Amino acid sequence: MEPVRVIEGAVSVIDRHDVDTDQIIPKQFLKRVERTGFGEFLFHDWSKEPGWDLPSNPILAAGRNFGCGSSREHAPWALEDYGFRAIVAPSFADIFYSNCTKIGLLPVTLPEEDVRALMEAGHARIDLEEQEVSFAGRQVGFDIDPETARRLLEGLDHIGVTLQQLDEIDRYERQRERSGPVTTALA
Amino acid sequence: MAKSLFDKIWDAHEVAEGLLYVDLHLVHEVTSPQAFESLRLAGRPVRRTDRTLATADHNVPTDGSTRADQIRDQLSRVQVETLERNCQEFGVPLYSLGSARQGIVHVIGPELGVSQPGMTIVCGDSHTSTHGAFGALAFGIGTSEVEHVLATQTLQQRKPRSMRINYEGALGYGVSSKDLILGTIGRIGVAGGVGHVIEYAGPAIESLSMEGRMTVCNMTIEAGGRAGMVAPDETTFEWIEGREAAPDPLPTESWLALRSDDGAAFDTEVTLDASELSPQVTWGTTPGMVTDVTRSVPQPRDEGEERALAYMALRAGTPMAEIELDRVFIGSCTNSRIGDLREAAEIVRGRRVAASVDAMVVPGSQQVKQQAEAEGLDDVFRAAGFDWRSAGCSMCLGMNPDIAAPGERVASTSNRNFEGRQGRGARSHLVSPKMAAAAAIEGHFVDIREWEDSH
Repeated sequence: MEPVRVIEGAVSVIDRHDVDTDQIIPKQFLKRVERTGFGEFLFHDWSKEPGWDLPSNPILAAGRNFGCGSSREHAPWALEDYGFRAIVAPSFADIFYSNCTKIGLLPVTLPEEDVRALMEAGHARIDLEEQEVSFAGRQVGFDIDPETARRLLEGLDHIGVTLQQLDEIDRYERQRERSGPVTTALA
Repeated sequence: MAKSLFDKIWDAHEVAEGLLYVDLHLVHEVTSPQAFESLRLAGRPVRRTDRTLATADHNVPTDGSTRADQIRDQLSRVQVETLERNCQEFGVPLYSLGSARQGIVHVIGPELGVSQPGMTIVCGDSHTSTHGAFGALAFGIGTSEVEHVLATQTLQQRKPRSMRINYEGALGYGVSSKDLILGTIGRIGVAGGVGHVIEYAGPAIESLSMEGRMTVCNMTIEAGGRAGMVAPDETTFEWIEGREAAPDPLPTESWLALRSDDGAAFDTEVTLDASELSPQVTWGTTPGMVTDVTRSVPQPRDEGEERALAYMALRAGTPMAEIELDRVFIGSCTNSRIGDLREAAEIVRGRRVAASVDAMVVPGSQQVKQQAEAEGLDDVFRAAGFDWRSAGCSMCLGMNPDIAAPGERVASTSNRNFEGRQGRGARSHLVSPKMAAAAAIEGHFVDIREWEDSH
C-alpha cells in the first residue's frame, strides 16, 4: 500500500444518502478475478442518467451511510481506479469503511454541514497526519482510529504487521483455541 | 462484571489488543480470487485449512449443472474454476458445483453444523451475520481481510459498540421472522445499527425456530449492523445435535454460559413491540423503505424517497395490496431453508400461479433441495406452476442467468431491494416466503392473515 499523507484537489459530488455498493459497482462486474480495471464500471447504471456528472478528482464528497450493503471490496477498488484518493461523507457503512482503509483510499467522516460546505467549495486539502480538512479558508478536524491512521501514513502491509505478532497467535492456538469444528475432517 | 454474549465471545478470541482470532472462515468464488492471488505472490500459505470451508454459490447456474465446465457464461465459469484451483492448491475443503453439499455459504454452514455457539465466523460476504443466530460472532469482511484471515487466521478489529433490541410481546398470527426484521429496519433505519453488534432478545425471538433466527440475523447488515446475534438455548442445541460437524455430546453447559449476564451493559438498548407488527412489504429501494401490507405507498419525505418511488414506478397512496407483480423469487440466504420452503409450499398446495406471474423456487443448498424433494415439495411447487431450481444465490443478486428484466416487478424473499439488484431496472419488493407464495397465486400482494382464512 502506498503511504497516504496529503490529498489535495477538486471535489466530485454525489449528493445522495445510503449509496450502496451495488450502485458503486454492479454485480455483473464482480466476475473478474483481478483487482484492477474496475474504474470504467464505476456507477455503471447511474452514470447513464441525464445530468450525471462525476469527474475523476482526488476527492469525492457524498451523503450519509455511504457504501452500505454488500461487502464487495470491488467498490473501493473501482473508486480508487477511477481516480479518487479520499471520500468525505457524514457517515460510512462499516465494512466499506474498513475496506477503504485496507487499500489506501482515505475515508473522512465530517459533520453533515461541513460536507455540504465542502461540496460547495469544490476544492479541498486533506492532511491525514494533522487529521484536518481545509476548504474555503476553514480548517475542520476529523477523527480516525490512531492505528488505522499510522498504517495509512506509513503505507504498511497489514498482513506483514500481523505476522510480527506470530508468537502471540501461536500461543493463542496452543492455550486458548476452541476445539473444532474441523472442516477438513468432514467426510 | 456482568458481560454480554458479545463481550464473552470477544474476550475469548482477543489474541492481542485489536487482533481477533477466527474460528471459522467461509469462502466463496466472488470475493476470494484476488486474496488467493496475493497469497501466491507473497508466497504465503493458508494458515488453517482445517478452519476454512469453501463453496460456489454466487455465480452458479441453477439449471442443474454439475460441473464448472458446464457454466455457459465464460466469466462465471472462470471464477468457479479459479476457486476450484485455488482450494486445491492451498488445501482448502470445497463443495463446488456438483457436490451434494454445495449451496449458499450461509445455508451450508449451519446445515453441516460448523456454525456453533461461541465461535467467531467471518466470510467475504455481508450476510455472514446469519450465523449469529447460533450465538456466534459472525460478520462480513472484504477481500483484503479475506487474505488476512487466510494468512493469519486473525483479523485486525476494534471492538464495535453493542446494542440490544428487546422485543416485547409475541408475533401475531401470520407474521413471520422476515416481517419482524423488516419492521425493525423500518423503525431503526438502514444505518440504525452502524458500528454496533446487535443482540436480539425477548420472547418473540426465543419462540422463533433456528431458521427464523437466521432470517433475523441475516438482515442485520440491512440495518447497518456489524453483526447480529441470538443467545443459544434448547432450540439452538436441537438444531446442532446430530449434524455432521456437531460435537458429541454437545457442550450445552458451556454454551448456555455464553448467554448475556443479568445486568450486562449495552451501549444502546432499543425496545420494540413485536405484537404490533403486520406482514411487511418494501415499497422503495432500501430495506428500510417498508410498510404494512394493509397500508398504502407512503408520501415521499425527501429526495431519496421521491427518487425511490420514481424508480419503483409507484404512486403515493396506492394500496400495497394492489401492486401487481411480474415475478416471484423464493430463495436467498435469507429465506431458502427447508422451513421457508415448507411454509411457501403450504400456501401454494393445490393452487395455480397467476397467469401473469413467472415464479421460481431456488433451494438454499443441495441438501435443502434433496430434503424438499423427499417431502414432495418440488411436486407441490411444480404443480402450481413454479420453476423448481438447483441451489445458489440466484436472483437475489443476479450474478447467474436468473435475472429480472428491466421494469419487471418482483416479490422476493431476499434481502436487498436496491436499484438494479435483481436485474438492471428491475423493481424488487422484499417479503416473507408465505407472502411471496400468496402473491404468486394472486398476482398481487395480499394480507396473508386474511387470505389464509378465506382460502
